[in-house]
Amino acid sequence: MTSRLLCQITGFLTIIIALTALPFFVGPYTITLMIGMLGYVALAIAWAMFSGPTRYVSLATVAFFGIGAYACAVFNESLPYPLLLLVAGLIGLAVALVVGLATLRLAGVYFVIFTFGLAELVRQLVTWFEVNITGTLGRYIFLPVTPEGIYWQLLALSAFAFAISWLIGRSRLGLALKVIGEDEVVAAHCGIAIARIKLALFALSAVIMTLVGAIQAPRWTYVEPSIAFNPTISFLTLIMALLGGANRLMGPIMGAVPLFLLFEWLSANFPNHYSIILGLVFITIVFVLPNGVLDFVEKGLTHRITAAAKPAEVQK
Amino acid sequence: MLVTAILSGLVLGGTYALLAMGLTLQYGIARIMNLAYGELIIVAAFLAYTLFATLGLSPVWTLFIAIPAGFALGWGIYGVLMQPLVRRARTPAGLEIDSILATFGLLFVIQGLLLVSFGANFTSYSYLNVAVDVFGTKLAANRLIALALAVVLGGAIYFALTRTLWGTALRAVSVSPVSASLVGIDVDRAARTAFALGGALAAAGGVVISMYQTFTATSGVVFTMKALIIVIMGGVGNILGALSAGLVLGLAETLVATYVDPGLTLATTYGLFIAILLWRPTGLFGRAAR
Amino acid sequence: MSALLEVSGLSRRFGGLLAVNDVSFSVGQGAIVGLLGPNGSGKTTVLNMISGHLLPSGGDISLHGKRISGLGASRISKHGVARTFQLVRALPSLTVVENVTVALAFGRQKLWGVAARERAMGFLDQVGLAHRADHLAEDLTYIDQKRMELARALAADPELLLLDEWLAGLNPTELQSGIGLIRSLGSSGITILMVEHVMEAIRALCSQCVIMNAGVKIADAPTADALSDPAVITAYLGEQHA
Repeated sequence: MTSRLLCQITGFLTIIIALTALPFFVGPYTITLMIGMLGYVALAIAWAMFSGPTRYVSLATVAFFGIGAYACAVFNESLPYPLLLLVAGLIGLAVALVVGLATLRLAGVYFVIFTFGLAELVRQLVTWFEVNITGTLGRYIFLPVTPEGIYWQLLALSAFAFAISWLIGRSRLGLALKVIGEDEVVAAHCGIAIARIKLALFALSAVIMTLVGAIQAPRWTYVEPSIAFNPTISFLTLIMALLGGANRLMGPIMGAVPLFLLFEWLSANFPNHYSIILGLVFITIVFVLPNGVLDFVEKGLTHRITAAAKPAEVQK
Repeated sequence: MLVTAILSGLVLGGTYALLAMGLTLQYGIARIMNLAYGELIIVAAFLAYTLFATLGLSPVWTLFIAIPAGFALGWGIYGVLMQPLVRRARTPAGLEIDSILATFGLLFVIQGLLLVSFGANFTSYSYLNVAVDVFGTKLAANRLIALALAVVLGGAIYFALTRTLWGTALRAVSVSPVSASLVGIDVDRAARTAFALGGALAAAGGVVISMYQTFTATSGVVFTMKALIIVIMGGVGNILGALSAGLVLGLAETLVATYVDPGLTLATTYGLFIAILLWRPTGLFGRAAR
Repeated sequence: MSALLEVSGLSRRFGGLLAVNDVSFSVGQGAIVGLLGPNGSGKTTVLNMISGHLLPSGGDISLHGKRISGLGASRISKHGVARTFQLVRALPSLTVVENVTVALAFGRQKLWGVAARERAMGFLDQVGLAHRADHLAEDLTYIDQKRMELARALAADPELLLLDEWLAGLNPTELQSGIGLIRSLGSSGITILMVEHVMEAIRALCSQCVIMNAGVKIADAPTADALSDPAVITAYLGEQHA
């Protein structure tokens, strides 16, 4: 048991070190690709962290991502860089707490609907604020951050998110989340403070999403609300986590990597039919892989093993 | 100005009520949370636009095509996409999540098809855009017709659901699918009918909207949102609730747009939504959930 | 015997229906008390209010003289109230031992890891389920799920245990062992309030019975007296038998 744990940790560290060294061996195109991919890996892990166990389907991803990106755009001239990320994270945290306090008492379906429109709401409020109060729509970001710098930050953030998920899965908090997902009445009767746990997790996941937005923002140079709050980001994150399996540690990564590459390829080759294909992929995943690809593979394997074991039993 | 705002608000609210009725049928009776609902609305709006632009067909006539077509489309979508999910669902919550995700995919497919066919431009056409005197203020004739249509169609559905045996059966399914099947109601068929009826109402609403509003291939989401919020405000499956909540929302939006800022209408919608849910978690006219 | 649980003037309204109407009773420390009544008389609603699953519309519930009505279920569980449900609520995709561990991890003892597993195994052994510890809860029979639910309630280290028809559906042999189990819990110092229809068990276990009909308390006395009360017989069997 402990040696297996040691193996896992060693494997994890090896992968992180290899990925850290990557920029020294590959060209700028690969770095750009990897920035996009790591962004979605971090988003999908953060999404699954909250929505996987609690079964609250959140479509608020881009609301927080956008808040991060926009905060970066607003404060990039007035704040030094690391502080900028801190401020962005704090704004994301504050919004998450307000939204969470208001909506986490709602039944699941109302939560989906609320988060469905949250990004649009935030976008409209920011637009209204910019047009009426500051009088500018659209901002420039000039920060001395290199693509490699962004890549390393996103790598660190993804590794952090992954490690947190891993720790939660092994802790009492992880068990509490599973119980909440199964039956909230039992959870409450066993002494689990449901509202507090949901809120804490929602906030944690939201802060990670906000940071992804804040770290990626300098890549755009120019930001306006319709770019920062592009709803497709929420949809992609959701579908990635679902494809891999939102209840598994590796699930979000297994979903984010292939789907990111697929959608990169699609948007390069079929820009006009992108959304149709996105929808079809979505429907296929819901129908064919409702519990994610990892679960599918695992079930398939146990099936084959039991099928192979059965004739042997008959002979005996 | 106030009278104009209230009249416009009533027109908008009437249309919203019509849209929300369809969604409340789909969610309340068929138990499908259809996130692609707004896309059906936009498809109908583009249908009305195309027929008007090419054949000069009045949108009122288009209704006679759009309503049966919407019904057929709803019937088809339920059969192909929803029924397998309903059959495999182990719990109502599981079906809710599955249906949300599947219709979410559908949303993208329809939106993509619309973008390919019509592009992303704002679309509108001018039908009966002449001012009429109402209570001393001017209101466009197309808006008056839109309001009349919403009243007639909504009234017809309300009458059918509350005064006929067929409607009573549908409502019985909405209250309790298990008990309904015990008294010999074919729940599966009722659910499919309700879903198709919702499609018909969405199509009707889309045609009505196209008469007086601009729309784009991507504006379906906003309509879905508003219809959902009205459904929740009115209480799921509650037709009269949807009607009153629709009118409230239409009035509130128009008043905010007139007196505060047009950019804050969605914020208003959301503010109402949250306030009502915090105050009464089962909706304004909702049954107590047990 | 001092009172552990004190219920006074308790009411609960569902829309126009008054499901529980001004019910008062108390349960002494260490007692096993039956809560009886025809179906729909409001017994489970009373239990739900004590455990915090439902908020009372009126009245007070206190434990050790401290008011617990108005608190949520998770807070009340920390005061030492645990329960089983009329329709078993297992956590189906968790294993049997995990089901029990939940109550240990978030209960009053905050056990985790190896210690928690050992304790959980102890409780499973007590209800006779140790051999199925690593099965998924959804694979258990209904009766075994009931056992598991009791083990989970015990793991919460309750002072007051609420049993909602826990003995219903057992066969005669299982019933005898079930009665024995509850009796041993009682003698270990746990106070028990049980909603039950199995008369044999009530006569064997309960020193006192509170009897409800149509939301109102109609009797509250030592078991033999309560069961022979004319009002009770009328409520169960109708006028002519009284």
